[in-house]
Amino acid sequence: MQKYSIFNLVKNAFSNHENWDLAWKDPTPKEEYDVVIIGGGGHGLATAYYLAKEHNITDVAIIEKGWIGGGNVGRNTTIIRSNYMHDENGLFSEFGMDLWRKMSQDLNYNVMFSPRGIINLAHSDAQMNAYARRGNSMRLNGIDAVLLNREQVKEIIPMADFSENVRFPIFGGLMQPSAGTARHDAVAWGYARQADSMGVDIIQNCEVTGFDVMAGKIKGIRTSRGNIKAKKVGICVAGSTNILAEKLNMTLPIETHLLQACVSEPVKPVLDNVVTFGAGHFYVSQSDKGEMVMGGDLDGYNSYAQRGNLPTLQHVLTEGIAMMPFLSKLKMLRTWGGIMDMSMDGSPIIDKTHIEGLYLNCGWCYGGFKATPASGWTFAHTIAQDRVHELNAGYSLNRFSTGNLIDEKGLGTKTWIS
Amino acid sequence: MLYINCPHCGMRSQNEFSYGGDASVKRPELNKEVSDQEWDDFVYNRKSLRGKHLELWQHISGCRQWIKVERDTSTHEIFRTFKANEEVA
Repeated sequence: MQKYSIFNLVKNAFSNHENWDLAWKDPTPKEEYDVVIIGGGGHGLATAYYLAKEHNITDVAIIEKGWIGGGNVGRNTTIIRSNYMHDENGLFSEFGMDLWRKMSQDLNYNVMFSPRGIINLAHSDAQMNAYARRGNSMRLNGIDAVLLNREQVKEIIPMADFSENVRFPIFGGLMQPSAGTARHDAVAWGYARQADSMGVDIIQNCEVTGFDVMAGKIKGIRTSRGNIKAKKVGICVAGSTNILAEKLNMTLPIETHLLQACVSEPVKPVLDNVVTFGAGHFYVSQSDKGEMVMGGDLDGYNSYAQRGNLPTLQHVLTEGIAMMPFLSKLKMLRTWGGIMDMSMDGSPIIDKTHIEGLYLNCGWCYGGFKATPASGWTFAHTIAQDRVHELNAGYSLNRFSTGNLIDEKGLGTKTWIS
Repeated sequence: MLYINCPHCGMRSQNEFSYGGDASVKRPELNKEVSDQEWDDFVYNRKSLRGKHLELWQHISGCRQWIKVERDTSTHEIFRTFKANEEVA
């Protein structure tokens, strides 16, 4: 594989950049693989990369129905954070933060990781207390957290509405300075390119139509491009999890819902953090191109549509304008939607299943993108060693029947209760 | 915008409704011994089908009645609506 470097950039300039290698190949599926990963999104690509890098398993295929970068890895709002209270989520995400910091060097691909900090705004004394508690829990787990009062928040984001007579005045906020954003497409492309260079077959435009299971053991998968035998199969298909589960006669604690995001027209730099509204569900950051990137609530009913509906967008942006009134002056450039695998407690599942050799990675709800490296790393470990790592031990499939829920916000699919 | 034909009030916009999830889920019978698996299926596990999906909605800003709606989860087309106590064939 050609290394991306200043020297190669100069060298290729002499041939008008026409002779760069393809970033990844387009192989025909082989008859058999050691490991097949279903889903070529961020998590699937990262899983294949860490299988090769950490466990020396390179006879791997990634089966993707669409194309690399076309699913949720290209539809998110690129926020990276580990501001969780519960140990399971905090330690897992903070492990991921470490991988994010090293990612550009590790992948030889600039993922434009920008640790610009995230501020969760508080709008009452009770919320300040709750944030103080969450911040303390974070610090106990080695995650940076700073509790800001109203004046401190005003210094960082003076464009927010600090007037006295608003419905939700800003009391302060909880900041994680090391949180930030990254270029989401680059994350997909970087993982794909490295996985490919280590021998992983990335097979696009290939839909999984069924599974071959014999005597409780996985034997392979059926696809639109023929049957593929596999010793182990990992499912990481986010919003399509229920579709594959149905083919396996599994019913999961997952519902598929639609989440929208949008960007405004590009404007001059105004916001250098990620900011979330504490009295509803709205978040905003500014991209390097100058667009305000915004998102919030689910559309609220089961959906596979990958496109949104206006009432929710209007509701979310109303919150945005309450928080930062200047947003009302901006024109909307683009809106889009992605389908989320909403788990019933709002936390993910990375686990083995009742079928030997079949592994499940799903339930990412609102926070799939930031989990990409940690999810891939732990899923690769779970598949390679046939046992969960301590980092994903809490993300078990049976926690719903044993009662060990991880209810970070008590917010899963049931948005109508939240 | 979805338009839902409330069996009590007629055609109204989705803004008047609130969603209540899969309508095919049945609470285990009260006087029967319930296994962990049955309880799990009732509380947490969902098929979340792609395609035709029978679901509960509440006409929260209208008659406040719960209704059943048969809707396609990939096209958002609404086929039929029912009163909450109507059996759906």
